[in-house]
Amino acid sequence: MCGIVGLYLKNDALENKLGELFEPMLISMTDRGPDSAGFAIYGDEVQEGWLKLTLRHHEEGFDWSTLTDQIATALQCEADWMSNANVAVLKVKADEAAVREWLSAHYSEVLILSAGASIEILKEVGLPENISSKFSLSGMEGSHIIGHTRMATESAVTMEGSHPFSTGSDLCLVHNGSLSNHNRLRENLKREGITFETENDSEVAAGYLTWRLNEGDSLKEALESALNDLDGFFTFTIGTKNGFAVMRDPIACKPAVLAETDDYVAMASEYQALASLPGIENAKVWEPEPATFYIWERH
Amino acid sequence: MNTFDLTNNTVTELNHALHAQKGNVSQADWTVTNPKGSHNLAVGLDEALNVDIHGHAGYFCAGMNKTANITVHGNVGQGVAENMMSGVVRVKGDASQAAGATAHGGLLVIEGNAGARCGISMKGIDIVVKGSVGHMSCFMGQSGSLVVCGDAGDALGDSLYEVHIYIKGEVKSLGADCIEKEMRDEHLTELAALLEKAGVDEDPASFKRYGSARELYTFKVDNASAY
Repeated sequence: MCGIVGLYLKNDALENKLGELFEPMLISMTDRGPDSAGFAIYGDEVQEGWLKLTLRHHEEGFDWSTLTDQIATALQCEADWMSNANVAVLKVKADEAAVREWLSAHYSEVLILSAGASIEILKEVGLPENISSKFSLSGMEGSHIIGHTRMATESAVTMEGSHPFSTGSDLCLVHNGSLSNHNRLRENLKREGITFETENDSEVAAGYLTWRLNEGDSLKEALESALNDLDGFFTFTIGTKNGFAVMRDPIACKPAVLAETDDYVAMASEYQALASLPGIENAKVWEPEPATFYIWERH
Repeated sequence: MNTFDLTNNTVTELNHALHAQKGNVSQADWTVTNPKGSHNLAVGLDEALNVDIHGHAGYFCAGMNKTANITVHGNVGQGVAENMMSGVVRVKGDASQAAGATAHGGLLVIEGNAGARCGISMKGIDIVVKGSVGHMSCFMGQSGSLVVCGDAGDALGDSLYEVHIYIKGEVKSLGADCIEKEMRDEHLTELAALLEKAGVDEDPASFKRYGSARELYTFKVDNASAY
């Protein structure tokens, strides 16, 4: 069992309250997933030519300033950083492959949790309440956010195994369920050039979508393919730079509920997570259909 | 009228208060406010209480009900009225999956739509849905009636035993051993009574009847080589 929550703002005026609205949603799903939690928040988009990375070091006091100076010198580029607990958001005006190569060569202990123009991923092992508090979720701003509370079934309880998973630029995925064909899919995807950090089945689903999008699929086309090629049980919520999507498998074993008002679209594993949202009493609330996906995007 | 606000009290306290009426009903009418999607609301009631839940309920609402009359003024999560024995459960909004699962008796009315596997393994309950039902509804249904005023999803009545199924709208597909059947006078009478009991204004003649072909009931020697 796991809990999934997502909040996509239609009303820009709420962007400075995104974290405040989202925190009770994440915490309310503790019963579904008490062992780890995480979220991907979108906003604060970097300019054309810049790259934004979420980096994690196991030490809270890690010297991100030196790392940033070194990378700026080595790659002869502009760079900026800000830290949040043991995670840092690094902004560099450089090519992603070059940054990854330099980090791997000089700071192999630093994990790259996400890369793109907008996405930041923050996740840890522990109770959702503690993780929200550690990263000061309630004060965060952005356009949309996707979270997960984990009760591990398919792989170990580790930070790496917690969700969201990001395997491509600005893409993230959270999953409730289990995939039965993830081992074979992982091998096929590796041959297509997708890299994986864990043995987690959900990371394979994220990798699959990255592969399809890299091949030129629209998000809609990638999700249609996923319905054919992913075997098992799933409710997915997927974040992209411009929006988010929700999809369930044809059996629809794993729960999901959606709510929409003029101000937002929200999804959760259970209605409890939506109960704290403003105007929820007048929202359109419904259960997504099996083998169906729902996409909201800003253009 | 007793009002129970779940902002200030737990679900366990609510269920204790309702169960305390057993054998000696001093308060028959209850209003529950601020359920906020909580699970297991008003479960296991076995007195003729009237319970009105104002808001959305979570999983297994009104489960194992016996004789109580429970109305949810909102949506419900999975397994509403699961294993109900008797009484009436009415949902004003939509229901998630497995509504009325394994229920032995009573009446479940869903005024909105019901999700997948509505009436799975039902054993005598009558279910009336004003909207549509999802896939595999009435899967392994054994006894009782399922009335759907809207449409039914894939594999309706898969591996069905003896449930009477009445659908007004489209059926996406029939499950194994489920067939359309002739609507005889006795069925029109039964359906009319169910619609009236549920307070649903529909013409019984506009429904089609489905039931078990009873081909899966017994072992066929022709299939022996498959084992």
